[in-house]
Amino acid sequence: MNVLVASGLTDFLHDAVEPQVQADAIGLGAVFALMAVGIGLVFGVLRLINFAYGQLIMAGGFALAYASERGWPVVAGIALCVAVVVVLSLAMERVVFRPLRGQSPASMLVATFAVAFLLQSIALIWFGPLGKNAASLVELNQPMSIGSVEVRKIAVVSLVTAAVALALLLLLLNRTSIGLHMRAAALDFPTARLVGVRANAVSAVAVVLAGLLAAIVAVLLTVQFPTVTPTFALNETIIVLAGVVVGGMNRLLPATLGGFAIGYVSGILGGALPTNQSQYLSTFLFLLVIVVLLLRPEGLFTRGGHAVERV
Amino acid sequence: MSADTALAVEGLLVSYGGVPAVRDVSFDVGAGEIVGLIGPNGAGKSTTLHAIVGLVRAQGGEVTLGGRSLRGRSPEAVARAGVALVPEGRRLFGELTVEENLRLGLAARRENGSVRDALGEVFALFPVLRDFRKRSAGALSGGQQQQLAIARALVAKPTVLLLDEPSLGLAPTIVDLVFSTLTEIRGRGLAILLVEQRAQRTVALADRTHVLANGELRLQLTPQDAGDTDKMIAAYLA
Repeated sequence: MNVLVASGLTDFLHDAVEPQVQADAIGLGAVFALMAVGIGLVFGVLRLINFAYGQLIMAGGFALAYASERGWPVVAGIALCVAVVVVLSLAMERVVFRPLRGQSPASMLVATFAVAFLLQSIALIWFGPLGKNAASLVELNQPMSIGSVEVRKIAVVSLVTAAVALALLLLLLNRTSIGLHMRAAALDFPTARLVGVRANAVSAVAVVLAGLLAAIVAVLLTVQFPTVTPTFALNETIIVLAGVVVGGMNRLLPATLGGFAIGYVSGILGGALPTNQSQYLSTFLFLLVIVVLLLRPEGLFTRGGHAVERV
Repeated sequence: MSADTALAVEGLLVSYGGVPAVRDVSFDVGAGEIVGLIGPNGAGKSTTLHAIVGLVRAQGGEVTLGGRSLRGRSPEAVARAGVALVPEGRRLFGELTVEENLRLGLAARRENGSVRDALGEVFALFPVLRDFRKRSAGALSGGQQQQLAIARALVAKPTVLLLDEPSLGLAPTIVDLVFSTLTEIRGRGLAILLVEQRAQRTVALADRTHVLANGELRLQLTPQDAGDTDKMIAAYLA
C-alpha cells in the first residue's frame, strides 16, 4: 500500500513539472486571476460578494456561441460578448446592487444568489440544458513552440491577455481621477461621498470594469470549454471565490493572487492527477483551501491585515 | 436673512429613533463671517452639521445654500453644491498620499481650472503639505493631518466651510495656526461655521457664537462676551 502511494506521488510530481502542465496551469491561473479581480473590484467598492459573476461569464459565452453558430467574424463575436456582459452588469447594478447599497452583507449575498439562479434559469429556458457551441477560437488549443517546449497557444494568450488587462486596470486606478475616487470609496465610502465622490458613478464604473473582465474570461474559457451550458463558469466562480478568500478578500492584490494561486493549483491537479482520480480534483482543491484557511484565516497574501491597498 | 447669507438653517429638527437630538435650531452664516457653535458633548453640534451635509436626514426645518434648499440631497450633492465639511477626527484616507487626499477634495469643485493652481493655493496656506505631498496621510502628525483635512475641504473652493472640532487633540501652537488660518480665509469671503469645545477662543474669534444644549440654541454670544466671565460660565452651564 505504502509503495503504491509513493509511486503514485512520484508519478504525480513527475507529471506536475511537465512544461505543458505548468503552462496550462499558469494559463488557468491567469484566467482565474481576472475573475478574482472582477469579484474583488465590486467587493472593494460595494462591499458585496457578487455570486452572480459566473452567470455574467455564462451570458458572454452564449453571446460567443450565438456569433459562432452564425459564422460571424471572431471580432464581431467578441464585441457582442462584451456588449451583452456590460449591459447585463449595468442592469444588475441598477436593479439589485444600488438599491441594496449599505444593507447587510448577508442580504446582498443572498440577493446575488437569486440573480445567479434567475439568469441560469433564463439560460436554461432559452438555450436548453445541452447548451450551444462557441467554436470560433478553438484553434488556440493547438500547440506552439517556445524554445524547445511545446505549449498550447491558449495558455500564452491567457497569460498575456490577463497581464495587459491588469496593467490597464492598474493604470486606471492609479493615474485617473475616477480611479482615485474608486480607491477612496473602497477605503471609506461615507467619507468619499462627503468630499464629493459620486457614489453611483464609482459603483457603476466598478461594475462595468468587472463586466469587461467577465467578457474577457468568457472568451478565454470558451476556447478550452467550447460547449456553453447554463452552468458554464459556475464551478470556476465557486473556486475563484474560495481563492479570493484564501488570498485575502479585503484587498485587490491579495485577492488577485489568491485567484491566480487557486487556478494554478487546480491546473496542476487537473494535468497531473491520474485519469482514474481526476474526479477528486475538487476534493483535493478544497481540502487545501480548508488547510490554508485554518493556518492563515486573514488571507494567504495579506501583510499585517492592512498593508496592501484595497483597490 | 441678509442679502449675503450663504448658509441658512431654519427650524431644524433631527431625531434618532423618535428621540429628538436637535430641535428648532435656526441660524445663518453670511459670506465672510465666522459663526461659532459651542456646547457640551451630546448637545447636538455634530448632528446639526451632519444634517446640513446630508449624512443624517432632518425630520423638519429647512437648510438653504444661497437660497436653494439642500434638504434631501446626498452628501456628494451637498459637497458639489459648495458646502465642505472638515469632519471630526479628520477622516483622511490614511493609506493615500497627501496629494491624493487633496485631489479627492477636487471631486466637489465646481469651477474648472488647473489642478496645479488649486493645489498651489492650499500649499501657500499650509507649506508643510507641499513638503510632504508624496507621503501617506497616515504618516503625518496630528497637526499636519488637521492641516490636510482643512486643505482637502478648501481645494473644492466651497462657499461654506463647516469645521467639526478642528482643535481636538492638537498642540496649542497648531490650534493657533488653525484659528489664524480661519481668520485668513474668512477674509476671502468664505462663510465659516465652526463647531468647537474651546468655548472662549471660539467666542473671541467668531462674529457670533451660538450655545447649543440639549438640542436647542440657548444663547448667542459676541466677541465682547469672551472676556465676560459671567456670560462664559452661563454658556458652560447652558
